[in-house]
Amino acid sequence: MNEAANTAAPETRIVYCRCAYARVVPREVKDAVLESLSASNLDFDAAPDLCEMSARKDERLREIAAQPSATIVACYPRAVRWLFSGAGFPLDPEKVRILNMREEPAEAIVREILPLAETQQ
Amino acid sequence: MKGGLDLPVLRVALYEGRGARALEPAQRFELLQALLDKGYRVTRVTNGSGAAHSSDGTALAALGRFEDAQPEQAQDGETQVFIRNIEGLSAEQAVGLVEGIRSEAGLREPGGWKPWFPVIDYDRCTNCMQCLSFCLFDVYGASKEGKIQVQNQDNCKTDCPACSRVCPEVAILFPKYRHGPIHGGEIQADDLRREAMKVDISALLGGDIYQALRDRSAKAKSRFSKERDEDRALKERMRCLAKLQDDLDIPAEVFASLPTLEEIQAKAKSAQEKSTAVNGSGAKL
Repeated sequence: MNEAANTAAPETRIVYCRCAYARVVPREVKDAVLESLSASNLDFDAAPDLCEMSARKDERLREIAAQPSATIVACYPRAVRWLFSGAGFPLDPEKVRILNMREEPAEAIVREILPLAETQQ
Repeated sequence: MKGGLDLPVLRVALYEGRGARALEPAQRFELLQALLDKGYRVTRVTNGSGAAHSSDGTALAALGRFEDAQPEQAQDGETQVFIRNIEGLSAEQAVGLVEGIRSEAGLREPGGWKPWFPVIDYDRCTNCMQCLSFCLFDVYGASKEGKIQVQNQDNCKTDCPACSRVCPEVAILFPKYRHGPIHGGEIQADDLRREAMKVDISALLGGDIYQALRDRSAKAKSRFSKERDEDRALKERMRCLAKLQDDLDIPAEVFASLPTLEEIQAKAKSAQEKSTAVNGSGAKL
């Protein structure tokens, strides 16, 4: 499920996509992941919809793409990668890993994220 | 862009750093859900690491359980910051505060457009321009260097994946589509076989699906004009459209808004000219 080999790093930026305008990400998965993120000590960015940000060529995508390390919790890695690229801010696969809430169960995603909380304490 | 997408947006920071008490976990979760589902971007800030800071000039609503009185407004670089204490407020009330700030500041109302548009996988795209030629709504364009691009995302017809169906390389994604590989999932051998078959069909049709449809329409018109059976002509047209709609998974409303033959011909001519202009000799359309 990981696109990159990058593992937990203190500076890892976490980005959660709610996919708020469609029903393709199971509600129970995105809620469970958000609840776990919310209950952790992690700082994170939560976006209603990365597709919309891509369409707007949102500068926040540039900031995310420029992070030394980022974990994006969204949908299919191929889709996320080309959404960023389409906005003009290609992701460096060595620095970014993408977790897929359309395919992976919430528990598996949370297992990937929560170790980051320990590193950020 | 639709819904004023080019207008500034209001972002929200849940501030739980120095000088503020942490939100209760249930309150934080409920507030996050409510804000996101309303279309607001939210950053949780606990360590003042600057996660909420941005140089993009957007406005920021900073919500927190502040220990001391805070100014209602501040400036952080180019970003206007609206500070509100949400001590004792429900999620609904806090969202109401945010809506109030957005409204007073004249910022874009979030939502209002389902972000549905094609995304190109350039690892697969061969720049054949078939998508540009096929799309009737000018979603595609070409860069100065002649590279196919998605240029008018909000022209795309919601839930219509037709261009991805004509792409011979499975290079067009719609991240909100239900099925793979169009939704961005990994491409399987079966998908490639299906695409190869599609190319063959396209070749059989003469390489131009519009031309094929036009020819078919002309033949049908000729046949039915001879037969003078309008009901039969209409039934045949409906049958063909239903089959095409089903095959390509195209929403009924897209079919209902299809342009006239003249408009299609003008579009094809324009696409040809664009392609010729950017590629010199012209891409195959």
